[in-house]
Order: sequence, then C-alpha cells, then structure tokens
Amino acid sequence: MHNDEKPRVFQSYPEIEDLPMHENPQPNEINPDSDVIIGLEIHVQLNKLKSKLFCGCSTSYHNSEPNTHTCPVCLGLPGSLPALNKKAVEFGIKVALALECKLLDQTLFYRKNYFYPDLPKGYQISQYDFPLAKDGRVTITTDAGEKVIRINRVHIEEDPAKLMHIGGMGHSKYTLVDYNRSGMPLLEIVTEPDLRSPKEARRFLDKLRSILDYLDVFDGNLEGAMRIDANISLKGGGRTEVKNISSHKGVEKALLYEKTRHKNLRMKNIHIKRETRHYDEQRGITILLRTKEEEEDYRYFPEPDIPLMNVKEWETRLRNEIPELPDAKRQRFIKEYGIKEEHARSLTSDIAIANYFEIISKEIDPSVAASWIADVVKGELNYRDINIKESNLTADKMIRILKKFVLGEITDRNMVELIREIIDSGKDPEEIIKKRGFGKVGEDEVLLLVKKVIEENPDAVKDYRNKNDKALNYLVGKVMALSKGRSDPKEVINLLRKYI
Amino acid sequence: MKSFKRGIEGFKDIVNNGETEETISKLIDKINKSRLNAFITIRKEAIEDAKKIDKGEVERKGRLLGVPIAVKDNISTKGIETTCASKMLKGYIPPFDATIIEKLKREGGIIIGKTNMDEFAMGSTTETSFFGPTLNPWKNDRVPGGSSGGSAAAVAAGECMVALGTDTGGSVRCPSSFCGIIGIKPTYGLVSRYGLIAYASSIECIGSMATSIKDAETVLNIISGKDPKDSTSISLEDREKIINNHKTDKSKRKKRIGVLTTLFNDNSIDKDVLNSVWNAIYKLDDLGIEYKEIDLPNIRYALPSYYIISMSEASSNLARFDGTHYGFSLDEELNWDSTFSKIRKKGFGREVKRRVLMGTFALSAGYYGRYYLKALKIRSMIIDDFNNIFDKEKLDTIVTPTMPYKPFRLGEKIDDPVSMYLSDIFTVPVNLAGLPSLNITCGFSEGLPIGMQLIGKAFCEPDIIDIAKIYELNTNYQKKVWELF
Ligand SMILES: [Zn+2]
Repeated sequence: MHNDEKPRVFQSYPEIEDLPMHENPQPNEINPDSDVIIGLEIHVQLNKLKSKLFCGCSTSYHNSEPNTHTCPVCLGLPGSLPALNKKAVEFGIKVALALECKLLDQTLFYRKNYFYPDLPKGYQISQYDFPLAKDGRVTITTDAGEKVIRINRVHIEEDPAKLMHIGGMGHSKYTLVDYNRSGMPLLEIVTEPDLRSPKEARRFLDKLRSILDYLDVFDGNLEGAMRIDANISLKGGGRTEVKNISSHKGVEKALLYEKTRHKNLRMKNIHIKRETRHYDEQRGITILLRTKEEEEDYRYFPEPDIPLMNVKEWETRLRNEIPELPDAKRQRFIKEYGIKEEHARSLTSDIAIANYFEIISKEIDPSVAASWIADVVKGELNYRDINIKESNLTADKMIRILKKFVLGEITDRNMVELIREIIDSGKDPEEIIKKRGFGKVGEDEVLLLVKKVIEENPDAVKDYRNKNDKALNYLVGKVMALSKGRSDPKEVINLLRKYI
Repeated sequence: MKSFKRGIEGFKDIVNNGETEETISKLIDKINKSRLNAFITIRKEAIEDAKKIDKGEVERKGRLLGVPIAVKDNISTKGIETTCASKMLKGYIPPFDATIIEKLKREGGIIIGKTNMDEFAMGSTTETSFFGPTLNPWKNDRVPGGSSGGSAAAVAAGECMVALGTDTGGSVRCPSSFCGIIGIKPTYGLVSRYGLIAYASSIECIGSMATSIKDAETVLNIISGKDPKDSTSISLEDREKIINNHKTDKSKRKKRIGVLTTLFNDNSIDKDVLNSVWNAIYKLDDLGIEYKEIDLPNIRYALPSYYIISMSEASSNLARFDGTHYGFSLDEELNWDSTFSKIRKKGFGREVKRRVLMGTFALSAGYYGRYYLKALKIRSMIIDDFNNIFDKEKLDTIVTPTMPYKPFRLGEKIDDPVSMYLSDIFTVPVNLAGLPSLNITCGFSEGLPIGMQLIGKAFCEPDIIDIAKIYELNTNYQKKVWELF
C-alpha cells in the first residue's frame, strides 16, 4: 500500500535511536488507591473481513471442514510471503480511534519467535515497538459512577492455527491441527492496570464489546471471536495472568477466584509468584500453566517481509467512517427523546437495541417505548440468551402491541405475558391476545364484577368502612381474579370506593 | 553444446529448425554423464516440454521459448522436488511456483533441473550441500563458489543456457566469479522473492546467471517487477522514476567509475586478482570511462553487521522446519517439543545449525540491543556511505574484485568458517545496502577465472550493465567460458 505513493529505494527501519531494547516491561504494579489491580489484554478476531490477514483465504471457516481454508501463506510453506490485508489495518485503526487512541506516525510488524504446533512458521507476525496506536481511553460505569480506563495500545497480529484433541486434551493420543484459523486477523487491545474489581473488568468488556459492535468489525457470536488474558495483583503483591478466557462472565469469575486465592496466600504469608494460569470454566478455578522462569524469550525483531506503514495519512478518512458511538448516542437519546439516563444507557449498550428503539419511537411515545424495551424486552432477551435480531419480536410487532397498551387495551401484566409469548412462539400479537383473552374487560363488565364482589363479601366491605386498607386490597384481588387479570387495578379501586 | 554459444538469440534457430527436443535430450544426457554434480534434480519431463514445442502444441511465442533454464534448489517449483540442498527438505514437492518461475514459464522457458547449492544457501563453496559438493568446471579439484555453485557450474559447463541463483552475501556473484560467467544480483525489491525459501529476508535477492551480459540481462528483465505477493517488491514504473531522477546532465559527461582502493591494500587479497581488476580498470579508462579512487569509511564493519543480520533472520526463517508438514520426519512418536528438536538436530547440517544458533543468540533479550540493533545501525551507515559517494563523485558504478581469492581447493576452507566469511568482504556490503551489482570475468590465472564486480545505484541496473557490455565487447575474457561447452 505504502509502495504506491512514492518509490521506495530500500526498505529502511525507523530511526534506530527510537528502538528501545526489549527488556520485559515492568507494569505499574503498586497503586495505593485500591487493593486489587487488574489489567486486560483482549484479542478480537476481525472475522467480518472477507480475507485473512496475509493471504486471500476466506475468513468464514466457522462451519467448514478443518483445513479447507488454507494456502501456502497461512500454512507457512517454504517460500511463501505475507501480503498485508489493508482492510484489516483500516478496521484496526477504526477501533483504535473509537477507543480514543493516538495513531503512531509509523507502524511496523515484528516477528514473535517461539515453537508451538499451532504456529506453522515458528513465529507469529505481530507488533511490538511501533504498534498501530497508543494511549486511548474508555469510560465505563461502575457502582461509584463513571470511570475512565486507559488503553495502553492497540496492535494487529495473526491468529495461530487451532489445536484439536479428539475426545479431550487428556484422552487423545494425537494433537490435530486445523489451519483454517491460521492467519486470521486479530486485534490486541491492552488496558492499563486501571481496573479495581472483577466486576469492573466485566463492565469494561461489556463496554468494549458494545463499541466493537457499533463499528461492525466483528461478529462476537462466532467461536473464538474474543479471547481475554486477565492480569491481577493485590497492592504490593506479585502478578498472575489468566490466559485465554472466552467470555466476559468467565473473566469476572476467573478474577474473583484469583483475587480470593491471592488474599488467602497473603494471609498465610506466602509470596505470590509471577505466573501464567489457565481458567477451567467447568470447575470455575484457575490452574498453573507456567512460572515466570519458564516464560519464553520471544526474540522480537522487525518483520523484514512487510514494509513500514505510514497510517497517519489514513486517519481523517477513517475517522469520518466511524459511526456514532455508545456514549454519544446515549447523550443524544437523553436530549432528543427526553428519556431517562438509565434507559438511554441500557438502550445504547447494544447497537441493535438502540436502532430498534429509534424505529419504534417514530410511532410510540419514546418514554413508553424506552421503558418497555429497556426494562422488559432486554431482560427477556438476556434470559433467553438471544439478541433482538434473533428474536421474533420485530419492531413492527412491538409497535402494534405498544399502541394497544397506550390506548389502555392491554394491562401491564398482560403486556409482559404477551411479549414473552411473541418471543417464544413468533405468533401474531393479535392472535395471542384473542386466544389468551389479554384484551381488557369493558367498563360495564367491570362494574358488574365490582357489584358482585361487594355483594358476596360483606365482612370485607365492613372492614373497609372501618378504615382497614387491607380489606380494599382483598376486594380488588377478588375483582381481578374474576376478570382473570384483564381489568385495570386503578379503575377497580375507583369503582370499589364509589360503590361501597 | 557448442550451439549454446549464440545464447538465447541463437536458440531461436534451434526452435525454428524443430530441433528443440533433440537439443534438450542431448542436454539431459550431458548432465547425466557430467561429474560436476551441478544438479540435485534433473527434470526429464523437459524433453516432453521440448517435444510439444517442436510439434507446435504450444504457442510459438515468448522470449525464452524452449530455452533450458537451471533453477537453484531454494526456489519453489510446483511439482518439482525443492530441497535447499538439505536433508530437512528431502522429498518436499511444493504445491506452488515462485512468481519468477511463473514468469519464466510464461516466456516459454523450460526448467531443466534444480541446481546444487550450499545448504539453505549458507556458504561460499557449495560444499555444505547434503547432496555432496559441486566441482568447478575449470579445474575439478576446485570449488565452484557458492552458494549458487550448481547454477554457476551448470552455466559455465553448458549444462543449461541460463540459470537462476540467489544472492544473500554474494551467492550469485561469488560462484559466477569462480566459474567465469556473468551473474547479476539486482537491487533488493526489483525481483519478487515470493517462492524463494527464505534465509535472510531483508538482504537476499534472486539473480540471473549466463555466459553473456545480454542473456543475463534478458532473464533479469523477465523476472523483474512488482509482485502483489511480495510487499517489498517495486513496480517498474516506480523504478523508471528513480532512474530518471539520476539522469540529470548525465549524457553530457563521461561515464565514471569509483575504485574502492582502501579495501585493496589488504595483504590477504590475491595479487593475480588485484592485477586483473586493475587491468580491467585501465582498459575501461582507455575506452573513455574515467576512474576515481574512493573510500567507504564504514565498510570495514560490513561483515559483522551482515552476519548478525543474516543469522538472526535465518534463526527465524528456518524455525518453520519442524518436520510436521513436509520433508524430513521421524518414525518415532514423541512429544511435540522432543519431535521438533530431534528433527532439527538430524535434519540440519553443521553450518546451518551454527548460523541458527548464533542468530538465536543475537536476538535474545539482553543481547538484541548489543548485536542486532547495532548491526542495523551499521547497515544504515553503509547505505549512507554508498549514497553519498555515488552522489558526490557522480559515479555510474563502483568497481571491486568480486572475490579476494581465486577458487579454493575443495575442503580448503570448509573447516575454517571465519576465513570463509572473510571472503565475502567485497560482496556483502552491496547486499546490506540493497544495491545492484554484477560479476564479469576480467582475467585468468593458473587456468582459473577472475571476476570483477560492478556495483550500481539502487535500481540503476542499466548503468552497470552498460559498462559491462562495453567491457565484454572490447575484451575476450568473458567469451573464454565457451571453451568449456
Ligand atoms: Zn491462506
């Protein structure tokens, strides 16, 4: 790409003085503000790109037979060379800009050298000094209010192949290698150690995921789309790293486990060693993988097959391609629709829900729509672990039932039932209302029921006249029962007061 | 193969007379009977390819129609075993052609075989090959140079018409000098490296070898150009721009060469070599090309810088050879890490292991800054040195001997790696700077050829080719190789 602009006489490296010697960076481990110090490294697979990072192989391998999406480049055959997918760099820049990072003037790929069966070249093409971008920030909501989490860096690298053990790791005699994943574009996002609790870590990941969804750079539902390494230490203590966790909740649980483990060790006066651990999702515990002494020396050096890039020139163009992000959308929703802050926050945390809300708000009072979508629909979707697009509750159906609700034709309680049944069955709302009798009982009918209840419960009526409020509730309940919940409690109370 | 004297141009008559099959057949026969061991793989299917040309089954076009080409065995050829002269890759049949192989085939060229070399191109004598050494066609007790020794010997002995070599620290020019042929190492980036099995990625180039400057130039022109599969390659349009930038008022003045005399004073340089090169310079002077003595101040650091960079890159490039996919493998069932180390222990030869280990060391934490970064710094200084002197003295080329010695005896240097590394003193700085250079024969001593190196500005191959053509036209040294045909 950089070749097009001006003829390059010879591949040269950045000013050598700029190249620091790569001793192990010492993270800021001690922070007097808090007990627990957490930093995250998140690997995001840019699986919405059409082709892999360095070859033309398709990225949509998730439902394919093993080793069907390969070529000499991603198999690392002798003589093959990487040809960088420019689009992957663009995706990376967009993410970096959305995380408010600064792009570097020059960015460079490095080789990370180590032997492992999932690495066909014996090295991974990654970045080291001169990553794509540095120094960003993400604002999250914690129990104590808003908080800024600093982003250390964003860089691009290739995914290794996938190792498979038929019958499980302990049982298989062989390791099989599937190279479909080899060379997939990965973005590594590294936070500063700014997180102070496992819960904050999860909140951060939720926010990050939301931003990535807004940018439309990855499909988080595909296997291996997001993999997280979590670093944790207690104030003044050693740091451990839990590798390769695949879910946000998994990160929270693994960190809770580690936090307790660190505290227990400290109480017993046992020094916490720098080590890498694995999170066993089934058992909910972390297991030692290797200690600091066993860490590899990756012998990073600049990748000679990929020329230096000047991506700064792309910044303006790519910045214009970034859509409205969650924080901005939330502010706009509050201002434009006059909805509550917490509703706006909930709606904008998911781009699909935010868009859904905006469609519905064209025909329904936004406050009503916001409340039903944020308080009820989202909960029902979470409970079923599906997203709005996968559910049967289309915006059109939601508009239809909300219209009936606004007219008072359906009660609150029946609305919830109705929403659940539409999500589960996909049937037409009108059909369900008719079949389940969710429509409200007419006023005349309610009056008849009220009169009947007064007649049949003379003791309760007497108690009510003696200023016993519980008796009124009792009578309301009777009426509601007779109408099978189809009457409005407020209306019933008014009628009871009037006729007793 | 006396008919080969007329080169690529002359081969058109062979094709037009319908004698392609006969010629290729005879050639295969000759290679089979040869004692030089220039080839690792002889491609008998070449006869079939030739037959198709005679029968008119292929379109009669292409600048290399029917021309038998020998390809160094570290260049990936689809369906033809490609070994890098290593036990590690024995039996490896690549599923793809290097970009340059595709280009040569498109021009009608016939691959006659894969040539011997130092294992993974690490050496200057072709003695580290797993398949045994290649002999020098001039004197069979001498090495042909390396690492592209098989290609050079094959060209010199008329066992092919042209050949491809690769040049990391002199591997095209050194054997060309020792075998008395033309070898061109182009500017880094002019020729795609896609399909070249990497040794030192930031330094190495594929180059052309022939008995005349014209044939070497023809092949080079065919394989040059931007390849989307090699991000470090450059388009011919961009190259044109660079050449034009240098062209200011050049036509008005005399051509001028720089003579790197500061390196000539070293006593270890063979006197016959120095005399021949000086005679060539005087000859060029007579022909109207003036010379100027020059110095490159940092050139004495070139060898350590080169060996650190090339070995470091080698340690990474050769990491992929673990026996899991292709080539050498074990019959035992061991853990992956034991398997990897055992395969690498048994599959690589001594020189390869030496360089991989030294490269691994140079890149290690704590040493990286002391060795690798320092080597890169020297490299930048050497690039600046060349640029400055070309600019300041308005040079078209810089002249040096290609090799400081005449061809060694077999076995003479193999156990003395340091002395062997020192023999790259004239060739290595050129690779570090990524510049083009070529070897042309400029004399003989004891029946062995002596080569002169012409170094050019980046992407200005035409400058050095022009001067080489003038020299070739006005002397008889280069033509002497035809006596070996
Ligand atoms: Zn591929």
